[in-house]
Amino acid sequence: MASVIGYYSLIFGLIFSLIIIFISIKNFKSSNNLDPKIVYFTFLQFFLVIISFLALIVSFVNSDFSNETVFNHSHTSKPLFYKISGTWGNHEGSLLLWLLVLTLFIFLFLAKSKDQPKNYRVLTSLFQQVIIFGFFIFLIATSNPFNYIYPKPEEGLGLNPILQDPALAIHPPILYLGYVGTSIIFSSVLAAIITNYISKDWAKHIKYWVLVSWVLLTLGIMIGSIWAYYELGWGGFWFWDPVENVSLMPWLALITLLHCLLVFEKKLILTSWIIILSIATFTLSMCGTFLVRSGILNSVHTFANDPERGLFILIFLFSLIFLSIFIFLFFYKEEKKIINFFWLSKETSILVNNWFMMYFLSVVLIGTTYPIFLEVVTSEKISVGPPFYHKLIIPFLIPFLLAMAVGPKLKWIKSTLESQIYLIFYLIISIFLSIFLIHILNIEFLFNTMLVSSSLFLFFTSLRDFLINKTKKLSQNIAHFGFSLLILSILFNNILGNEIITNLKIGETFKTDEIKISFESVDQENHKNFKSIIGKFRVEDSNGKTEILNPELRIYNQPNIITSEADIKTNLLSDKFMTMNMVQNKEYFNIRYQIKPFMIWIWVSVLLISLGGLISLINKRYEN
Amino acid sequence: MKIKILPLIIISLSIIVFIIFFKGLKNSNIYTPNVNIEKNIPIFTALSFDEEIKINSNEIFQGDKFYLLNIWSSWCMPCREEHSFLIDLSKNENLIIVGLNYKDKKNNALSFLSKLKNPYNFIFLDKDGTVAIEWGAYGVPETFLIHEKKIIKKVVGPINQTSFSDIKKLLK
Repeated sequence: MASVIGYYSLIFGLIFSLIIIFISIKNFKSSNNLDPKIVYFTFLQFFLVIISFLALIVSFVNSDFSNETVFNHSHTSKPLFYKISGTWGNHEGSLLLWLLVLTLFIFLFLAKSKDQPKNYRVLTSLFQQVIIFGFFIFLIATSNPFNYIYPKPEEGLGLNPILQDPALAIHPPILYLGYVGTSIIFSSVLAAIITNYISKDWAKHIKYWVLVSWVLLTLGIMIGSIWAYYELGWGGFWFWDPVENVSLMPWLALITLLHCLLVFEKKLILTSWIIILSIATFTLSMCGTFLVRSGILNSVHTFANDPERGLFILIFLFSLIFLSIFIFLFFYKEEKKIINFFWLSKETSILVNNWFMMYFLSVVLIGTTYPIFLEVVTSEKISVGPPFYHKLIIPFLIPFLLAMAVGPKLKWIKSTLESQIYLIFYLIISIFLSIFLIHILNIEFLFNTMLVSSSLFLFFTSLRDFLINKTKKLSQNIAHFGFSLLILSILFNNILGNEIITNLKIGETFKTDEIKISFESVDQENHKNFKSIIGKFRVEDSNGKTEILNPELRIYNQPNIITSEADIKTNLLSDKFMTMNMVQNKEYFNIRYQIKPFMIWIWVSVLLISLGGLISLINKRYEN
Repeated sequence: MKIKILPLIIISLSIIVFIIFFKGLKNSNIYTPNVNIEKNIPIFTALSFDEEIKINSNEIFQGDKFYLLNIWSSWCMPCREEHSFLIDLSKNENLIIVGLNYKDKKNNALSFLSKLKNPYNFIFLDKDGTVAIEWGAYGVPETFLIHEKKIIKKVVGPINQTSFSDIKKLLK
């Protein structure tokens, strides 16, 4: 029953899309006010998608296996919480979530933009409805979440156990809010080009949406990363997996766009940058959807592959690209302005920053898509891994960090060096401190010193600003400070990290000069849908401090999969991370013990970065 | 004219990207490693384990006998796991087992062999791992069954009961 309601809600939602497109076109030509029907119908459409989404949740909760999606991804023995979160843990359900976010954003946009010009609002709604229409068709034609199975199966196939996790229950909704939220920026910029409304007012208005998407995307990526850290058991937090990359690309475009908008608000320059970035952000999101859902790439995020789906998104993606190219080339009239960028000014430093961001973005884009190009052209298969990204990105972080530290201290238009002498003092302190640190740690000298000193430089300068200016520029200071903390934590995490891999039987002890790991015992516990084997390990370091770690193996019954749950002991200085794995037909376990310094600071710094965004969202007073 | 060239370039570039993605969709995304099965084995020169003199692979892989090239190392845990299978296989008279000692220390390798017995008829040294690359190996351990200078089976990772019986079948 729920499936039927859900399915028909979708059909009606699709019809509303057509109606709104029709009304919008009519409204655009005539009358001076926005037709209130547009707002009503947008709300109705949003409401219908909610109904449809709730219907899918109800089917999951009731374990209605006559629904194909439920059958493929659920099981009666699954806890209620994961039955609900399973709704968006699969291709069909997550696309329904996409659609929900699309309709939610256009509704919020219409509600929040009453002081904007009428034609701009109408056109934004029109473009957004074109996107929504495309997704409705995509959902109904190729990935209907309400497909019917007859006869009704007794039992479902179950949800992949690694997805049965609280972090993964909230990761997709938050990520999608940010990821799909970029659609509003896309629709809005196209509307603004046509109505010739690229102005300070528009920049102020759209900045709000850019911030919302960016903050949510940041949080979404972070939650996914935390999940990967403790659940996948590799002890890393970023793997340059294609799916991670496609979320990083819109993120980079968004943050660049945000900085451009800040300049534009003040100086009315970088207009082309803003337009191209606004278009690129959503195009990159769509491109990411294509890469992930078509199965053209290999990744840990596997969705069922279906070439038909890939073809649909590909055609849709390129229709949107051509539409935006067409609008940009034929409607956008560039005003010929002679702009002088003085080399030492805030706008120049932001421009430099932009080029760095574009460079990072291209590296990620090329690393992700190049294997496809190469395979089509030469039928050679390659895979691009972390070394590629590290080698191309890390060296460029040094000038990037320096520019990030100096830029905010400069004035608009023209700045002088005299007032910035104190910066040199900070730079010298940072260099000495990092030479000292690197010397103690006894690692490869030159490169690390440069990297550490540039991040320390940013760290100190933003800390100073924070102490001196207090609440003025608070959002910027917090975000920049967070970024320097992030780079520092990642650096020291890599430099000081340590790993031991060994095989141990119960009762055995592994010993080196620095550490002693004793495998004391094993416990068994039965849960609703899995059995767990919990090891007890006593880890003693050279100072005689001991800690008990309990890594766990879970044997799920539906589907029959063994997962390994890491035990992580976190404190301010480092994480101690342990996983154990069974070795077939052997009485010993494979033990992996890692010391990961400053792990918690990676998450804290990402939270600080998003907090920066959040503050500028909430309080307009802090800007300038 | 200048203005019209730019749209043309952008549009044709987009079309190219579209075609590439379109074709990419039809390719399978399952990365079946191109196993060099039925291909001639690579010819290489490496030091021998015992005397550390240069030996060409052509001197070792000859004629119509079966050869098993096993890449191993004393530091590699799964190598210990598969060792008993190798000892078993070494009893077969039709089979010559050739070891490739991968990025190892000689002392460790010697004690490994003295503890667990030596199944190898001959061992090459591969101190820097370049020979293993020639063979397209993914890591240690890895095993190639060779007949008439062609690879007829490849085992990535340790030999287990299934691959062991597969090899035995091929030897008959």
